[in-house]
Amino acid sequence: MTLAQPEVTPELVDRLFREESGRAVATLIRQTGDFDIAEDAVQDAFLTAVERWPRDGLPDNPGAWITTTARNRAIDRLRRHQRLSEKASLLRREALAEAESSGDVEAIVVEREEAAHPIVDDRLRLIFTCCHPALDMDERVALTLRSLGGLQTPEIARAFLVPEPTLAQRLVRAKRKIRDAGIPYRVPPDHLLPERLDGVLRVLYLVFNEGYDASSGAELVRTDLSAEAIRLTRVLASLMPDEPEVLGLLALMLLTDARREARSSDGEVVLLEDQDRSLWDRREIEQGRECLDRAWRTRRPGAYALQAAIALAHDTAASYELTDWQRIVALYATLSLVEPSPVVELNRAAAEAAVHGPAPALVRMDSVADALDGYPYLHASRADMLRRLGRTAEARVAYERALELSGNASERRFLEGRIDELAGTASH
Amino acid sequence: MKYAILIYDENTVNPDPNPDPAVWGQVMAEYNAFTKAIGDAGVNLGGEALQPNATATTVTVRDGQTLTTDGPFAETKEGLGGFYILDCKDLDEALAWAAKCPGSWYGKVEVRPVVTFDEYDSADIEHKAVGTA
Repeated sequence: MTLAQPEVTPELVDRLFREESGRAVATLIRQTGDFDIAEDAVQDAFLTAVERWPRDGLPDNPGAWITTTARNRAIDRLRRHQRLSEKASLLRREALAEAESSGDVEAIVVEREEAAHPIVDDRLRLIFTCCHPALDMDERVALTLRSLGGLQTPEIARAFLVPEPTLAQRLVRAKRKIRDAGIPYRVPPDHLLPERLDGVLRVLYLVFNEGYDASSGAELVRTDLSAEAIRLTRVLASLMPDEPEVLGLLALMLLTDARREARSSDGEVVLLEDQDRSLWDRREIEQGRECLDRAWRTRRPGAYALQAAIALAHDTAASYELTDWQRIVALYATLSLVEPSPVVELNRAAAEAAVHGPAPALVRMDSVADALDGYPYLHASRADMLRRLGRTAEARVAYERALELSGNASERRFLEGRIDELAGTASH
Repeated sequence: MKYAILIYDENTVNPDPNPDPAVWGQVMAEYNAFTKAIGDAGVNLGGEALQPNATATTVTVRDGQTLTTDGPFAETKEGLGGFYILDCKDLDEALAWAAKCPGSWYGKVEVRPVVTFDEYDSADIEHKAVGTA
C-alpha cells in the first residue's frame, strides 16, 4: 500500500472497477470457458472490493487484485457446480478440492495457462468474440458493453431504451450461440482480421453514436455510452497500436466528443455555426489530433481517419466562416471514393453549400433523397437549402418531414422553431 | 465440433427442365473440387445431394394416425438441395469451408452445429427406445 493515498470513496471503487473489470472478465472467460461464471465471479469481486477497499485502503495493483479475487470465486463456483452435477463422487471430490486448495494447485494451473498464452491480451480475444459476425448486431453491442465495459444489464437496457428482460434475453442468446455454435475465443488469423476488425469498430462506433446523437430519450445516461465507447476504443488502440482504422476511429470519437458541451444549450440543439467554440474541449482535440497523426503516418488512412480529418478541420477553425471548407469538401470527395454511401454524399453536399452556395448542394442532396427518405437529417438539410434559396413553401414541407422522423426532443424543438420562423417570413 | 453445411437453392424448388450440359458439368466439377478439398483437409464426415422438392413426401403421425402428404412441409423459395457434415475446430473454420462450397455462390449455405449427446444422454435415449419397442 502506498502512503499518500486518495480517499477510497464508492465512486473511486466504481471507476476503478469499470476500468479494470473487462480485463478480469476476459481472462476468466479464457480460463473457465464460461461467460456467466466469469461475469458473476468478477461481480462478486466487486462486492468484496466495495466492502474492503474503503476499510483497508487500495491494493497496490487493483486490476491484479480483482482478477485474483474473481479467479478464486470462479474456482469456488466451479467446485460447487461439480459437486451438484456429480453427486455420486461427491465425497471423493470434496476431499480432492480440499487437497487442492491447501496445495494452492489453482495457482499452478493459472501460471500454466498464462504461459500458454503469453502475448495476446485476453481483452482482445474477448472483443473479437463479442463482435463476431455470427451474432446479431444488437447482441454484439449488448455483450461488448456487458463483458468488456463492465456495465450492468439494467444500465445497458436503460441506455438503449429497451426493457430489461429484452436485454437480458439478448445476452443469454448471444452467450448460448457462442457456446453451442463454437464461436472461437481468439483474435482472428491475419486473413480474417481486416473484415473482423471492421466489425469490431462498427460496434464501438454504434455505441459512441448512440450516446452522442441521443436519438431519443434521456441524455445523461447516454453520454455514458459515448464515454464507454471512447474508453473501449482506447483499450483497443493500446492493444493494436499499428491499426490505422483503430486510431482513426479513436480520433474521430475524440474530435467529435470535444464539441459535446457546445452542442446544446438549455436542452436545445445548437448548430455547428452557432456553437460557442470556447466550450470545445481543447484537451480532447489535442488527443484526437495526435491519434489522427499516427493514423495518417501509417499511409493507410481509411474511412474513419478521413472522417476524423474532417472533424479536425472543424475543431481547429477559429469560426464557422473561417473554416477551411475547401479542404473539407476535398476530404469528403476522397471519403466518397473510399466508402461511398448516401450519408457521405449528404454531408459532402452540406460542405459544398459553404463553398458553392445552396443551389448545387441541393442538387446533390436530391440525388440521395430516395435512399435517405427515412433519415431526418436529409430533410432538415434540404429544408435549410430551400430556405436559403427563398423556396419557403418547399422548405416548410421538408422541415415538417424532418420533424415527423426525429425522435429527439431537443431536435424537435429546433425544427419547430425553424417552421415558426418560416411562418413569420411568409406573413411579412 | 461437427457442423452441417446445408445447401439451399432455388433450383431444388424449380429445377430447370432442360439444364445446359455445359453449365451442369461446370457445377459438378466445382462440387467435386470442393468435396476433394474437404477430403484432403480431413474434415469431411459425409454428405449427400438431394432430389428436388417435387420428389419430397412429408409424414406426420398424430394420435397413432399416419398422414402422408405430397411435397416438402414448408413452401419456400429455396429448398434444401444437399448437405455436408464437416468436422471443424470452431465456427470460423466451418464458415470458411461454407464460403468455399459452390452452394454459397449459387444459393445460400446455412451452417449449423450438430448436437452431440454425451454418454449418459445417449444411453438414456437407447434405454427409452428399447422401452418403447
